[in-house]
Amino acid sequence: MKNKITTIVFVVIFIINYETKAIEPDEILQDQILENRAKGISKELRCLVCQNEDINNSNADIAKDLRLLIRDELLNGKTDQEIINFIHSRYGDFILYKPPIRFYTIFLWVFPFIFFFSFLILFFKKKK
Amino acid sequence: MKFFFALLFLICTVYALVVGLSKNPREVPSTLINQKIPNFESISIPSKKSFDSLSLIADEVKIVNFFASWCPPCKIEHPQLMRLNHIDGVKIYGILKKDTHNSLEKFLKNLGNPYNAIVDDPKGKTGIIWGVYGLPETFIIDKRGTIRYKHIGPIMERELPKIKKIINKLHEE
Repeated sequence: MKNKITTIVFVVIFIINYETKAIEPDEILQDQILENRAKGISKELRCLVCQNEDINNSNADIAKDLRLLIRDELLNGKTDQEIINFIHSRYGDFILYKPPIRFYTIFLWVFPFIFFFSFLILFFKKKK
Repeated sequence: MKFFFALLFLICTVYALVVGLSKNPREVPSTLINQKIPNFESISIPSKKSFDSLSLIADEVKIVNFFASWCPPCKIEHPQLMRLNHIDGVKIYGILKKDTHNSLEKFLKNLGNPYNAIVDDPKGKTGIIWGVYGLPETFIIDKRGTIRYKHIGPIMERELPKIKKIINKLHEE
């Protein structure tokens, strides 16, 4: 029982902790709606230095610069898509967690399905 | 059927490995290669010659270097910039990222000044406009104001011949 409670506590701490841990207090916008939009945009963007974190969760200098830029642009009245498009135009597909479907990214999108269905077919074939 | 799936799996794996392992994940390719110089806000530094995107269209080969005195790799790179500065017809333009002017003065006094002009980037916004994500980063710009090469990280002595070759090629164009 004790072990189960410890596990649940750790999972809850992990989930709470996941949310935007690198954002510093001076970055946060007073307008809660804009702040939520900023966090939403940042979730879509990969940190170019850490590479396995979104910019909400990265302590890298560039992640902080991008978070500030996003907030500045939101205050200037830009839409979420306009901001993402601008950052994408500077850093390319790599910065997007969901890269557009192109020749070079087609395997990224298609491979999981090929993999899944291949194993599904093999699995049922074996059962027969 | 089994053979078909095995072959498909093998092709996919080999493709993923060849593409994935041939790239350096630390180097994110620039989207600005073969593009015109981006427009950026030129923030001048007292006692330093300034420049803007229009100055970079001038009919010569230019090097744009993002640097800071607090960045150790920039210190390692600096002697190479001093040597590149001696190539005829090449001007080096510096963009100082998030640094104080006092530290800049000390940095240039100790290591020499290879820069034809320097502008300030106190909030890192110019860096983002140029697609910079670390320091130092260096761009080589041709006579028509098009970005032709980007070097991520410090230019080491062993890389100088490659950089000189690119500059010479752009000179001849």
